[in-house]
Amino acid sequence: MANPAQNMPATADRRFALAGREWQADGVRIAVLPPAERISLRAPAESVAALSSALGLDLPARPKTSASSGGRTALWLGPDEWLVIDQTGDPLVDCASVSELHSAVGISHRNVAFTVSGAGAAATINAGCPQDLSLAAFPVGGCSRTILGKAEIVLLRTAPDAFRVECWRSFSDYVHDLLLEAANDAQA
Amino acid sequence: MSGPMTQQPFRIPGAGRLTPARSLRFTFDGAHYSGVSGDTLASALLANGVHLTGRSFKYHRPRGILAAGAEEPNALVSVERDSARRTPNVRATVQELYDGLSANSQNRWPSLAFDVGAMNDLAGAMFSAGFYYKTFMWPKAAWAKLYEPRIRAAAGLGVAPDQPDPDHYASRFAHCEVLVIGGGAAGIAAALAAAEGGVRVILCDERAEFGGALHYEQGARIEGQAGWDWAQTAIAKLAAMDNVRLLPRTTAFGYYAQNILGLVERVTDHMDAPDRHLPRERLWQVRAKRVVLATGAIERHMVFADNDRPGVMLASAARTYLNHYGVAVGKQVGIYTVNDSAYYTAIDLKKAGVEIAAIIDLRDAPSGPAVEEARALGIEINPGRAVVGTGGRLRVSSMIVEPKNGGSRRTITVDALLTSSGWTPSVHLFSQSRGKVAFDEGRQIFVPGVYAQDCVSVGACNGAEGLEETVAQGFEAGERAATAAGGSTSRAQAMKVDAAEAWAGGMLGSGPGAGAGKTVKAFIDFQNDVTAKDIRQAVHEGMHSIEHVKRFTTNGMATDQGKTSNMHGLAIAAETLGKPIPQVGLTTFRPPYTPVTFGSIVGHSRGKLFDPTRKTPMHGWAEAHGAVFEDVGQWKRAWYFPMAGEDMHAAVNRECVTVRQAAGLFDASTLGKIEVVGPDAAKFMELLYTNPWEKLEPGRCRYGIMLREDGFIYDDGVVGRLAHDRFHVTTTTGGAARVMNHMEDYLQTEFPHLKVWLTSVSEQWAVVAVQGPKSRDIIEPLVEGIDLSDEAMPHMSVREGKICGVPTRLFRMSFTGDRGFEVNVPADYGQAVWEALWAEGQKHGACAYGTEAMHVLRAEKGYIIVGQDTDGTVTPADAGLEWAIGKKKTDFVGIRGMARPDLVGAGRKQLVGLATRDPKIVLEEGAQIVADPNQPVPMKMIGHVTSSYWSENCGRSIAMGLVVDGRSRMGETLFVPMPDGVIEVEVTGAVFYDPKGDRLNG
Repeated sequence: MANPAQNMPATADRRFALAGREWQADGVRIAVLPPAERISLRAPAESVAALSSALGLDLPARPKTSASSGGRTALWLGPDEWLVIDQTGDPLVDCASVSELHSAVGISHRNVAFTVSGAGAAATINAGCPQDLSLAAFPVGGCSRTILGKAEIVLLRTAPDAFRVECWRSFSDYVHDLLLEAANDAQA
Repeated sequence: MSGPMTQQPFRIPGAGRLTPARSLRFTFDGAHYSGVSGDTLASALLANGVHLTGRSFKYHRPRGILAAGAEEPNALVSVERDSARRTPNVRATVQELYDGLSANSQNRWPSLAFDVGAMNDLAGAMFSAGFYYKTFMWPKAAWAKLYEPRIRAAAGLGVAPDQPDPDHYASRFAHCEVLVIGGGAAGIAAALAAAEGGVRVILCDERAEFGGALHYEQGARIEGQAGWDWAQTAIAKLAAMDNVRLLPRTTAFGYYAQNILGLVERVTDHMDAPDRHLPRERLWQVRAKRVVLATGAIERHMVFADNDRPGVMLASAARTYLNHYGVAVGKQVGIYTVNDSAYYTAIDLKKAGVEIAAIIDLRDAPSGPAVEEARALGIEINPGRAVVGTGGRLRVSSMIVEPKNGGSRRTITVDALLTSSGWTPSVHLFSQSRGKVAFDEGRQIFVPGVYAQDCVSVGACNGAEGLEETVAQGFEAGERAATAAGGSTSRAQAMKVDAAEAWAGGMLGSGPGAGAGKTVKAFIDFQNDVTAKDIRQAVHEGMHSIEHVKRFTTNGMATDQGKTSNMHGLAIAAETLGKPIPQVGLTTFRPPYTPVTFGSIVGHSRGKLFDPTRKTPMHGWAEAHGAVFEDVGQWKRAWYFPMAGEDMHAAVNRECVTVRQAAGLFDASTLGKIEVVGPDAAKFMELLYTNPWEKLEPGRCRYGIMLREDGFIYDDGVVGRLAHDRFHVTTTTGGAARVMNHMEDYLQTEFPHLKVWLTSVSEQWAVVAVQGPKSRDIIEPLVEGIDLSDEAMPHMSVREGKICGVPTRLFRMSFTGDRGFEVNVPADYGQAVWEALWAEGQKHGACAYGTEAMHVLRAEKGYIIVGQDTDGTVTPADAGLEWAIGKKKTDFVGIRGMARPDLVGAGRKQLVGLATRDPKIVLEEGAQIVADPNQPVPMKMIGHVTSSYWSENCGRSIAMGLVVDGRSRMGETLFVPMPDGVIEVEVTGAVFYDPKGDRLNG
């Protein structure tokens, strides 16, 4: 009998866009974040309670807000749309048990995430993002699907001086390079 | 004795605010000079006695520095840091001096002092208003080839740089509650009041230092301090506040919708050795809750004959050069005015030891403190008189004075002549904001009238009468803006103005010295060489609207936008028309307020940041394996994979043959992918595509066509039904974003009742197309949990399982006509799975193939590419795709459009195959098709070639084309006329290879 291991194909390894890249300047640090599980969740208001309980957090109902629990964050992107990001578990699995009307689509590999932190973080992002990033207008936990230069991003404020920037995988080179150039000018 | 002062004969010891010890060297037209830190190029030139800085645009007349700020029309120079950093058309009055600055004059040849083009001045009668329109009308072709290039060469500004700009430019979006534009007394007062209310304040000013008119005013005292000192104290206070951003050297150039303003900050242009990490300029796009416009006023010159000689300047400019820069503009200075403010210039100059030849005042009985003080200083005042001419060539040498109602002339020797006809409020930004100006009859000025946006004008730009009103308006506006934006009531106390200067008087239009004679050149627009008589002539020739007068004479159309000339032009036009000024109207100001560099607009968007370059997860493998890439939208796609010694043709032929003989791997990751989920998913698909979907079983696929409402093909792609309520839709690469938008648009506006949601998964899935007879053999060892037999997984089916241990959506489908699969895996696994498939493929003789071979292979099968074989005017019937329309369907987007009479009648262009009589000839895509090549030109074109390739598999060229009634022309010979001969083609079916389709299961 042949060794079954020889018949089984080797498992494909995961190759991340921009894996491990990190950059630091006066007042700004930019780093590529490790992979995460992500879903695009769409649901009418009637299903929110059931989905919230399955996901273990209260899906936010107010525009530009997010809710976090454990390593999981749900970002309000539209009246019936959330981006759920999880560093450990797969929210797709949790939604599978929900019978109430909804659409959950796995997009873990679609996005690449950066962290932009430091005193110059907001100025860095404001090089290409037209949003008001003052703490009053965009508090910690605030989020928005917006633009950075010519790329669409999802922006989440994780701390007074730290943001998570999510973009589609093929835009990650562009977003990375633009953030770096912007960070060079962020001290002004 | 040596030192900077001796080299600068017009620098007055003890005058001005600059520190003489900080000496800087610079060159102008190759001559070496010195200036001091804080100088502008203009002030440094004047300190060296240099007035002549350029030649005028049309007549090439010698011109000197007129102003001390952004309104300067004459002193445009080219500043060169190095061969790549050459900036033309820099206003010497704005350019700050740095050590080693090198500037050159423009628009002169062979030299500034002797310019051949000046003969235009002698022939001035020829170059009258509308000259170009009248003269260069015929022959028409000569305009583009002969006249325009010569005119442009002769009448020019500076020379554009010819090397890539080595500097970089930054951009920043900013938000604030109060944006104050202009850092003079009004702007500073507004910023202070607003900032004390705790709201976010941005204060910008175009100059290096804040202070505005306080740069030159000596009589102002605010809060017990001299005006300038108060301004600097206030700025220091603002600088220390967290909620305030000060932007000096920053021009607000554009006022756009909803209080968005464009500001350009000049970061390094004043530095002698800029840190290369610094951007040269930074573009600020500011959205403000309220804008406070404190943009001041611009002094007008007097209009009289030969009022443009170097040395003729604005009175306030001369005062600025004296009081701020410590420079006297001459040794024997004449003044010509109709208002009081020019008297202060005479007073300050006189006190600094400069001789005042005389003050000529057109008013009969000027009076007031300024007049009295001038008189007390012993300055000769000549009321009721006019300057009617000047002497001199490269520098004014005299003024010719005459009683204003005529009489004997007197010539007075001067080396500078300062004029003032009053002040024009700077309503440019207000006008850009779409506000409507109102005419103040008594004071003959346009001031802000009806506001269109949330902004307020304060100070001189609002027609404020004096410093006290200016400061009060600014303070009140700042306080109100802060309160309106939710700030606390300002803790600031209103500022107390202790002393101010009176600025009464002024006139518009030409004085007695602007004569009606043909040869008199009394300039109103210096930069475009427009004279008073040009305006009169335009009116006489029928231009009655100020918009027509402006375009006919080009008055106000130069880069200075007529900052000193518009009101004069308007007044002369009104006078000639015999109408009041408001009836003639003011032209609308447009951005930019002053010229803006391309660099600042472009910002970061150059080089690799010009546009995102999108790469697939397998890009690295393709690159390592020698792929040549082509740009498809923003994507880089592998075009072909040449082996050693192969050209494109050879590589593509090999790839095409290998796919059909063995197999090929193709990176199809760029395809658009949309997951359609919900109980009404099939209903939604029925409405968006022509095909039927309700009965498609889960696990099966269908080729779908999407139309626009007009019935024309919009996109196509294979759709897999993963579950009853879940479809995996693919779109063309180029259509990914717009198909998603199209679907979402219809879902939200036409079909909101459907319970279905759309999610773009284009980038979630990497796609490896494995095509060819060996394709199943290649994937089989790597796939788990999916039966790949033809019975279990027939052509056009989709299964979910695992490949290489990772999840896959495995499609059995073909864009080659051979057996094929498309392996979808989560993107990060794309390259590893590709490598595993490649290793298996090697065992079966497979190749990697690119987009070119993909195109050839699909054309061999007559498969269309939307956007290549269709052009937005092709229906499914035209493309031979009626079979893809659900015959029993009663509704889908485009169903009614498709039934329009002209889309179903005869004479439609239909997609057919085209076989050249000579199989070796490959037609050119886009070539036109005619029925009779011998008909006279222009021939009747009955179609064109849409796709054309050499097909190694067919051993001949193949092509498709859209031909009128093409399908009823089978076997007919048509003709493709080309420059080197006519090519004969036979109309055929579009399937050139395996017409029965056996190979799909081969």
